[in-house]
Amino acid sequence: MSNMNSRLNNGGLIDRSQQISFTFNNKAYFGVPGDTLASALLANGVDLIGRSFKLHRPRGIMAAGVEECNAYLQVGSGDRHTTNVNATQIEIYEGLTAKSVHCWPSVEHDIGALVGAFSRLLPSGFYYKTFMWPAKFWHLYEHAIRSSAGLGKAPETEDIDTYEYRYDHFDLVIVGSGPAGLMAARQAAPSGANILLVEQDFRFGGSLLADTAMINNQPAADWAKHTLDELKGFKNVTLLPRTTLTGYYDGNFLTALERVTDHLPVNVRRSGIARERLWKIRAGKVILATGSIERPLVFGNNDRPGVMLASGARTYLNRYGVQPGQKAVIFTNNDTAYEVATELQQKGVTVEALIDIRQNPPQAMSKLASSHNIKVLTGCAVHNVLGKKKVKGVEVASLTAQNTLGSDNLRINCDLVVQSSGWTPTVHLFSQAGGKLLFDEEQLCLRPDPTTISQQLLSVGSCNGNFSLTDALREGAQAAHQALLDCSFESTESSWPKASESLPCTPQALWRVPGRKQNIKRFVDLHNDVSSSDIELANREGYRSVEHLKRYTATGMGPDQGRTSNINALAILAEEQNRSIPSVGTTRFRPPYTPISFGAVAGRRVGELFQVRRKSSLYEAHEEAGAVFEPAGLWMRPDYYPAAGETREQAVLRECRGVRESVGIFDASSLGKLDIQGPDALKLLNMLYANGWNTLKSGACRYGVMLKEDGFIFDDGVTACLGENHYHMTTTTGNAETVYSWIEEWLQCEWLDWDVYVTPVTTQWAAISIAGPKARDLLNKVGTDIDLSTEAFPHMQFREGTVADIPARVFRISFTGEHSYEINVPSSYAPALWQALMKAGENLGITPFGLEAIHRLRAEKGYIAVGLETDGTVTPYDLGMSWAVGKKKADFLGKRSLSLPDLSRTGRRQLVGLLTDTPEYVIPEGAQIRLESTTQPRSQGHVTSSYMSSTLNRSMALAMLENGLERHGEKVTLHIDGKTVAAQVTKPLFYDEDGGLLNA
Amino acid sequence: MLLIDCPFCGAREEHEFHYGGQAHVIRPEDPEQVDNKTWAEYKYYRKNTMGLQAERWQHSFGCGQWFNALRCSQTHQFKAIYKMGEAPPEGLK
Repeated sequence: MSNMNSRLNNGGLIDRSQQISFTFNNKAYFGVPGDTLASALLANGVDLIGRSFKLHRPRGIMAAGVEECNAYLQVGSGDRHTTNVNATQIEIYEGLTAKSVHCWPSVEHDIGALVGAFSRLLPSGFYYKTFMWPAKFWHLYEHAIRSSAGLGKAPETEDIDTYEYRYDHFDLVIVGSGPAGLMAARQAAPSGANILLVEQDFRFGGSLLADTAMINNQPAADWAKHTLDELKGFKNVTLLPRTTLTGYYDGNFLTALERVTDHLPVNVRRSGIARERLWKIRAGKVILATGSIERPLVFGNNDRPGVMLASGARTYLNRYGVQPGQKAVIFTNNDTAYEVATELQQKGVTVEALIDIRQNPPQAMSKLASSHNIKVLTGCAVHNVLGKKKVKGVEVASLTAQNTLGSDNLRINCDLVVQSSGWTPTVHLFSQAGGKLLFDEEQLCLRPDPTTISQQLLSVGSCNGNFSLTDALREGAQAAHQALLDCSFESTESSWPKASESLPCTPQALWRVPGRKQNIKRFVDLHNDVSSSDIELANREGYRSVEHLKRYTATGMGPDQGRTSNINALAILAEEQNRSIPSVGTTRFRPPYTPISFGAVAGRRVGELFQVRRKSSLYEAHEEAGAVFEPAGLWMRPDYYPAAGETREQAVLRECRGVRESVGIFDASSLGKLDIQGPDALKLLNMLYANGWNTLKSGACRYGVMLKEDGFIFDDGVTACLGENHYHMTTTTGNAETVYSWIEEWLQCEWLDWDVYVTPVTTQWAAISIAGPKARDLLNKVGTDIDLSTEAFPHMQFREGTVADIPARVFRISFTGEHSYEINVPSSYAPALWQALMKAGENLGITPFGLEAIHRLRAEKGYIAVGLETDGTVTPYDLGMSWAVGKKKADFLGKRSLSLPDLSRTGRRQLVGLLTDTPEYVIPEGAQIRLESTTQPRSQGHVTSSYMSSTLNRSMALAMLENGLERHGEKVTLHIDGKTVAAQVTKPLFYDEDGGLLNA
Repeated sequence: MLLIDCPFCGAREEHEFHYGGQAHVIRPEDPEQVDNKTWAEYKYYRKNTMGLQAERWQHSFGCGQWFNALRCSQTHQFKAIYKMGEAPPEGLK
């Protein structure tokens, strides 16, 4: 099998002087430059390429282009392992290794093929129907199902390659370099417009590369090469081969995937050169010249290796110099296959017969066939293909007027079935761009309706439903002329060369060839193993909409996206429902046109570059202190500072004790900070916060909660009055940007005439918090010109001065419940201040503490954390914070909603403390408190914060409990992992109830 | 991806912008004086227009300014862009 017995001695766009070695399923073969993996395999006589997705039926190569639906292979191994590679689209290179997917132990002897024997038991929806009940056993089935399904194996090692983006702008983007696209580029080039010509193949020319037609009295492929050479002379024309235009988005925004290194032998791929480049293009005008795809016919065992599209056979023959078989039967419902039949015959493939569904094909066709000694059987159909791993022959019968099979039966031996059912324009990009499709009754296809498109695009040639070569050249030239004028470029009158006349197509519909046996498999979607009976079944079971059909049967899904199956599936569904095809409708095509690797989507944003990381100016100081960091939003913040040999829990408990017993030091720099100035600043604060601000004097601070208009808490923080009409607002770390843009939205959209300015100053100021009974001693020791006596500087006040000779704003505020100061200094001074404080605090037992410790300390004090105690459905009243609501204020954001029935009803969940009966047990956060007293137990609350407390020497928790404010002292139960946990409801306050420590 | 003509910066990519929903939603002058239904309509009820609709956008990763726009919900195309506080251009509505 592996001798190159199928390669013709001459012809084609290949270089026979060189050999390229590659392996397929661990066997060595040779190809030549110019080959795809598919053409090289065919040249080596490899028919069996893989097993089908669901039924594990043997499959061969069916097409030569992007529409190939069987030859999805795994290429490479280890860190260069790629799945879902279409053999018709990858160029061979020295050392290429490829393998079949979903077959085991080998493609020849596949255990899974036993499934095929039971295919009557595996109709559409089989897995849903069989394995979803009883639902609790799904986890047992799932593993077995998943391992027998899927396209190839996921790579096990990290991808060694890099990927990148490129952004660009073009006046004109032309997609496809067949006759229409090349002509458009040639017409537009002299204008000087910035032009991009995109071609998914490695060679420009599209259908011209396999066409035997003449253009300007030269062979089509020569004209393509000549035109390309001319285009290379224009500096304003960018030629981009090996690039698939995968997405067409609003505003003529395009994405294109360029395969940069996949065609190179692995040892010459250089590191630093991206494997794939994802282009993001904004185009002035787009010309779609994406061509068309031949449709297969639906007949018995039409999936056998050796059944091929006529366009595929033609391409292997003319472009790659490969005979796709020795003895062929042609099966068609239209004219275009006749030309392919004559070419096969001329190049040494014996055409045993041409079977035409049509009773009376055009006379010119009969003449053409007879002039090449091809026997034509009209009004007949191939109803069965013989052979399993390779076509051995076909069974042919005549068709009656009702399109049923006659009683005659003719067996013809052959190893190749060449089929055609007409052409389907490649309208995917047009559809992605928002255009709608029309059904063309004559060509039996969906083509673009140009009146439905609002983007700057033109479809030309066969993707526009005009299949003749002359039309393609004419439309390409005319569209380029029009596009240039639309983009305000000069354009000379359009002109195009003369081409030999194309055969008309004139297909006759026969969407399903009847079978002799009822259970014969007639495939519609080979890629997903969907046969006509699956579509019939789906329709019977009520999946009548085309969208439902797609999801139930999987037709049109997967990497191949139904390029060969969509129209046939649609037509069969329409027949089943006795409706017209247009009335059944079509699914809208969505990007990407062909699969894109995750690598290309990610680009450079992997590893360290995956996400921005924000670090405070104290980051290095924390590193030196041995901090373990925790992401908080985008910030990297110290979680705890373990001493040698300490666990996280030990470190956190020590840090908490340090704060409660002496003094702790904490980096609060990431808190959001806003500078608010202007005559209307006070008015703004009164609207933003629920509480009142009129009495706040210069030098004082106040805590406030912000509500959204729905009445629910959205942020909280302390704001200080720095002077007349000047305030310093703090927000939570996570909401710094959100609060700022929220305020801007109100000022810009609602309160346009308010005279107030808000400036985010979060990173201008670093904030170091020192907290604990020795905080004042520490501040005195490090040196400050601020009078720290309780009388001069009480709790909730602000002073400006110097600390350790550094200009500072000192806020006497506390989130730990201890006497504490938050010292704000310009960010660049923070490391010096930290160092000075650490040094001064040496004898005071200064303890750096992290996020976990501060959370425990604030929970002991019952201070809420936005995002833990609040979840977007919590009002200040729910938290027992009616003191933070200015009920007498005329208005503030969210005020009106607080009196809506649902927000003011009884039975809402309210903040409580919980103490478990077992003091050492820490309840997991999120645990539900169960209501036991009813016959239908339900949740009556949930735990929001829960910790082991060093201060209490036991566990404690905060929770939201129905009517919780009135239930202190009650016993509740929680159910955790099947166990019952009893706890007592308490006040949400476990430490320094009267606030004496704060005010000392 | 839309190309949006910021009235302050010029045409920029969509991902520099933040969509702010329906424009010209007016907050009741005195919220305490309106009934629950009126308040709920202000807070939650929005049109779902097929065709031309007035929207608010912010050039959040640019100048930070909010502006109004008339845009077609079917073709996604912008028909007019106008500043905050201005009424939609005549003749388009």
